[in-house]
Amino acid sequence: MEKRIRVLVAKPGLDGHDRGAKVVARALRDAGFEVIYTGLRQTPELITEAALQEDVNVIALSLLSGAHNTIFPKVLELMKAKKMDDVLLIGGGVIPDADIPGLKAAGVAEVFTPGTPTSDIIEFIKANVK
Amino acid sequence: MANETLKTKKQAYDAQVDKSLAKRPERKNLAHDRLYTPLDIEELDYETDLGFPGEYPFTRGVQPTMYRGRFWTMRQYAGFASAEESNQRYKYLLEQGQTGLSCAFDLPTQIGYDSDEPISEGEVGKVGVAIDSLADMEILFDGIDLGKVSTSMTINAPASVLLAMYIAVAEKQGVSPDKLNGTIQNDILKEYAARGTYIFPPKPSMRLITNIFEYCSQNVPQWNTISISGYHIREAGSTASQEIAFTIADGIAYVDAAIKAGLNVDDFAGRLSFFWNAHNNVLEEVCKFRASRRVWAKVMKERFGAQNPKSWMLRVHTQTAGSMLTAQQPENNIVRVTLQTVAAVLGGTQSLHTNSKDEALALPTEDAVRVALRTQQIVAYESGLADVVDPLAGSYYIEALTNQIEQECWEYIHKIDELGGAVVAIEKGYIQREIQDSAYKWQMEVETKQRIIVGVNQFQVEEQPPEGLLRIDASVGELQKAKLANLRATRDNAALAQKLSALEEAAKDEQINLMPFILEAVKAYGTLGEICGVLRKVFGEYEAHISL
Repeated sequence: MEKRIRVLVAKPGLDGHDRGAKVVARALRDAGFEVIYTGLRQTPELITEAALQEDVNVIALSLLSGAHNTIFPKVLELMKAKKMDDVLLIGGGVIPDADIPGLKAAGVAEVFTPGTPTSDIIEFIKANVK
Repeated sequence: MANETLKTKKQAYDAQVDKSLAKRPERKNLAHDRLYTPLDIEELDYETDLGFPGEYPFTRGVQPTMYRGRFWTMRQYAGFASAEESNQRYKYLLEQGQTGLSCAFDLPTQIGYDSDEPISEGEVGKVGVAIDSLADMEILFDGIDLGKVSTSMTINAPASVLLAMYIAVAEKQGVSPDKLNGTIQNDILKEYAARGTYIFPPKPSMRLITNIFEYCSQNVPQWNTISISGYHIREAGSTASQEIAFTIADGIAYVDAAIKAGLNVDDFAGRLSFFWNAHNNVLEEVCKFRASRRVWAKVMKERFGAQNPKSWMLRVHTQTAGSMLTAQQPENNIVRVTLQTVAAVLGGTQSLHTNSKDEALALPTEDAVRVALRTQQIVAYESGLADVVDPLAGSYYIEALTNQIEQECWEYIHKIDELGGAVVAIEKGYIQREIQDSAYKWQMEVETKQRIIVGVNQFQVEEQPPEGLLRIDASVGELQKAKLANLRATRDNAALAQKLSALEEAAKDEQINLMPFILEAVKAYGTLGEICGVLRKVFGEYEAHISL
């Protein structure tokens, strides 16, 4: 049997809006992925640690507070330090279009903004998981 | 009997329609019946179920003349970056004819951290204004007479600290606490269930809340001590009935806690206020407002035996649904907000915030906020919708749906009572799961196009990335850090240490009201993080129930 894709859905920073994170987590689970949801207020350290322990293929960050330009790159730095080259990092939330090229250049594989169907996220993960 | 004839005629109509459905099918996913007639409200008794506005059970509104005398308070939620910049925005809004202030705080402030703590990195000033100490609060309200303006503060876990800062600023302006008007959100239960800015576990949190009820009833009598909020429950994905049911269940828990703490229900109940969402389905929303007033009136009178009519009234602030704004074709949001405004006004709200068209993308620009405020002013002054009290009453549909929402609300309240009340229901994750299920259902309806969102899953166009969005200058974090360093170097640290240890000792004794101790620490320029730090040490922190 093919190994199931494992995804860590994480809420970094202090943002409490988790409707999107939970809906995405559930959609991914219904699509046959193994999903772990971290809950709120996770530091980049906690997120990367959990990702290692759970041996996930994907980290999906959800953030609506505007702190993405600070927090997403920190997660990437720690992923590099921990040699998590085989883990795909994606993000979503209220993220202005203008910030997306910078986040992608830093190593975020894709950024999903409001209105994205969960099926797009599922397809992206299937096509890009390492 | 007349209704017998009507029943027969209605059956004939139904049979006729059924026959034509094969040829002319109806749209799927319609939530309510096709047609409402007198048969749907046969049991309705005008005097018991509706009554007159300003009278029990307040179905038709809490004031006898509603907007014929004074419009609702137009109150735009605002705050970003530093106290200096937010102060400028408040003054602008007041110049534009806004009638009350509403403060948005950044996340470190809402969770009781100072701007210079590592966990605050990247969040300072982002979703609201950063307030670290009384010094920032003095700047925030500089040149605004707190004796004249009413101020709503969206602050929950550290509500007592921000209220103390407000009282202290007023005192410096020469305004005594009994002249202050405003609201603190102070609703921790919905933070656990839906919004996420909790600090302490439920028990000490409920104590802080009842301490505020008691302190204000004696010292700040015109202050609304809590805004029991369905808004965020709805934003998290609940239905209309769930929004008011879970919120009223939270309200019951607060009243229970205050009575257990020895307060007399009529001493504090008149200062409880509510906060509803104005969502897209206009008439369903109107019914939700009407049903909520009737349920709360019954709860307060029958369950808690309140005697004062003010204790029975559900007074409500409303905000249009942020989650219904689309990032796609943002101009369309002006229309959505207009319809939501209509719902809030026909529902009989006491105050209203209208969202700006660009809020699915960023915090709003000044121009976008002006259009949102003008939307309220147009509905108020030009539409005629505010000229007659509860104008939809008596419609078969409106009354039947009001009854139905009330019924669904009672069913949830009974279920939550059986579980042991709202606190237990939240600790068990019941309320969170109900909300998540509704949110997921909504999303799947959108993805399968059973639910159409204009510009999102139908009528899309190729769009250029939006321009001119508000950006928060990253330097606000550095500015706050510098202000804190200066504060810590110049204040009387020995005096503050005494105030903080007095607070710590008081926190250990459940019988003591903490408000006076917090006020003392605030006046000695203790920071929000220092004061909440002391309470964290004594109370511990809440660990969330995670369920998917």
